[in-house]
Amino acid sequence: MSIEIRDVNKRFGDFVAVDNMNLSIGEGELTALLGPSGSGKTTLLRIIAGLEQQDSGRIHFYGEDTTDVHVSDRGVGFVFQHYALFRHMTVFENVAFGLTVKPRKERPSKEEIRERVMKVLKLVQLDWTAKRYPSQLSGGQRQRIALARALVIEPKVLLLDEPFGALDTKVRTELRRWLRRLHDEIHVTSVFVTHDQEEALEVSDRVVIMNQGRLEQQGTPEDIYDHPANAFVFDFLGNVNQFRAQVQQGQARVEGHALTQGSWPKDRNGEGLAYVRPYEVDVLKQPEGDDLLPATVELISIIGPTVRLELTAPGSEHLVHAEVPKSRFRPLGIQQGDQVWLRLNNSRVFLAGDVLPPVGS
Amino acid sequence: MAFAIPIRKRVLPGFGLSLGISLFFVSLVLLLPVTGLVMQTADMGWGRFWQVVTDPRVVASYKVTLTAALIASLFNGVFGLLMAWILVRYDFWGKRLLDGLVDLPFALPTAVAGIALSALYAQSGWYGGFFEFFGVQVAYTPVGIMVAMAFTSVPFVVRTVQPVLEDLPLEDEEAASTLGASGSQIFRRIVLPAIWPAWVTGMALAFTRSLGEFGAIIFIAGNMPYVSEVTSLMIFVRLQEYDYAAASAIAAVILLASLTLLLSINIWQARFLRRLHGR
Repeated sequence: MSIEIRDVNKRFGDFVAVDNMNLSIGEGELTALLGPSGSGKTTLLRIIAGLEQQDSGRIHFYGEDTTDVHVSDRGVGFVFQHYALFRHMTVFENVAFGLTVKPRKERPSKEEIRERVMKVLKLVQLDWTAKRYPSQLSGGQRQRIALARALVIEPKVLLLDEPFGALDTKVRTELRRWLRRLHDEIHVTSVFVTHDQEEALEVSDRVVIMNQGRLEQQGTPEDIYDHPANAFVFDFLGNVNQFRAQVQQGQARVEGHALTQGSWPKDRNGEGLAYVRPYEVDVLKQPEGDDLLPATVELISIIGPTVRLELTAPGSEHLVHAEVPKSRFRPLGIQQGDQVWLRLNNSRVFLAGDVLPPVGS
Repeated sequence: MAFAIPIRKRVLPGFGLSLGISLFFVSLVLLLPVTGLVMQTADMGWGRFWQVVTDPRVVASYKVTLTAALIASLFNGVFGLLMAWILVRYDFWGKRLLDGLVDLPFALPTAVAGIALSALYAQSGWYGGFFEFFGVQVAYTPVGIMVAMAFTSVPFVVRTVQPVLEDLPLEDEEAASTLGASGSQIFRRIVLPAIWPAWVTGMALAFTRSLGEFGAIIFIAGNMPYVSEVTSLMIFVRLQEYDYAAASAIAAVILLASLTLLLSINIWQARFLRRLHGR
């Protein structure tokens, strides 16, 4: 394990930012710290970097206790959301900075600095900007320079704080795929913070989900998406519909209709909520079976190849969202205001005590 | 074209009117008196002009004024930067009050400052007695001139550096420290280059202000010819002799020095900012 976080706590006044966190990050992995704002993910990242001092707990890099090592000696590469490039320096000077501030004995020669800077600039495909100033570059380019600047010192770990947060959608999608490819090339242990679940699922080897300073779940993106540990994770990883449900003798029902597919506690009885993703809600014109819920179509919006429906249904206090491929939706001939039937494919039922993630400790 | 005003519809109305009023007042309160000054000297001819401005006593006053202003501005450069730094970077009890006190030298009539300073630094005064113990006489020497100049011009440095320091993102310094830079390296290579133009401008403003300072200085300077006479005093002396032309001639020299300095600082700063903002 290359980064070990043990019993780390951090408070800001009354606010608990990191609550007794224990986490191991594998060597060469790209890990996403995912969570809503205020979940403590950025604070944890800054504690790993040494930019923030934890109230208690230890941090180890490759077995070595770095808790009391100053940030400037910790050997981390840090990329900030707003780039934090030095405006008065050229791109070359920015990237060379980490090498030129080394003590004279360790400092590489001028030629070597030039060589290494140009090498990482080529790696981020921006060697042609060496003589420019940051203000002459686009946001995506600036972030790649910031990454090059962090990489040139050959950091033990690379930490990225919402690295794509300040970019527009198209650039951020491009850049995160590019980051994934880059990581496959250089394999430096990396942790990046994001509040965007799609970004985390797409880019990382491992996802760590945080909420209210605590770890909710960790695992591979697929694992986490398919087997959310609790309702919070389920809810956070994408849009979700909630239906009031009852579990009796191993059978889950919504409004008296038995659910046929999905998972729920088989050995407990009680009231709860069934979580269903919009693409797992099937819309039918005719009642073909007895596991169907009646619903009314409130809104139909066609977004490219997908049709999104908003419906009202008994059993759900909110609007129910359904996503159906256009090719399958067209033949149904459904209009706004129509009565339809819903089949819930693959629902997940959490019982009342388990529904909300436990608050506090 | 001298006035390259882009011809397109402006969002904000009243450009012509506001520019007109501004230029009118600049002419009325700035350019006209300056022209008057030059006109005064025009009657006397180059020979006489040269004779007046190179009079040994006047030349001695240039030296005293320039040296004192230079040292006072450098002192203010250090002290003003420190002041701006603590006002921006730290939170402490009484910060607001201290922030307000910085402007005191501007608010205080300079003559009041001069009397207060000379009372403090005279041999019988609180500070004067202290310095006397170490064998340093402040009041009635060029050192006193420096003290008065430093007192009246310190807000220039604080108030020009402060906003730039406030704008300096903390992330830049954090980025530098993750890259292995020490505290002094961060200051030298990240903070200083960012505040450099404002800092130099602040010192230049303090310097030009000191060149013309009169009220605060004459009480503490002692005004001994060739030793502790400042140029503004020489102007005053010529005026008392009803030699308006000579007074104007000396004033013109000061004016020229100040204008040249301010203009070159402005040009230099514009070039620096252009690089920073990529235009």
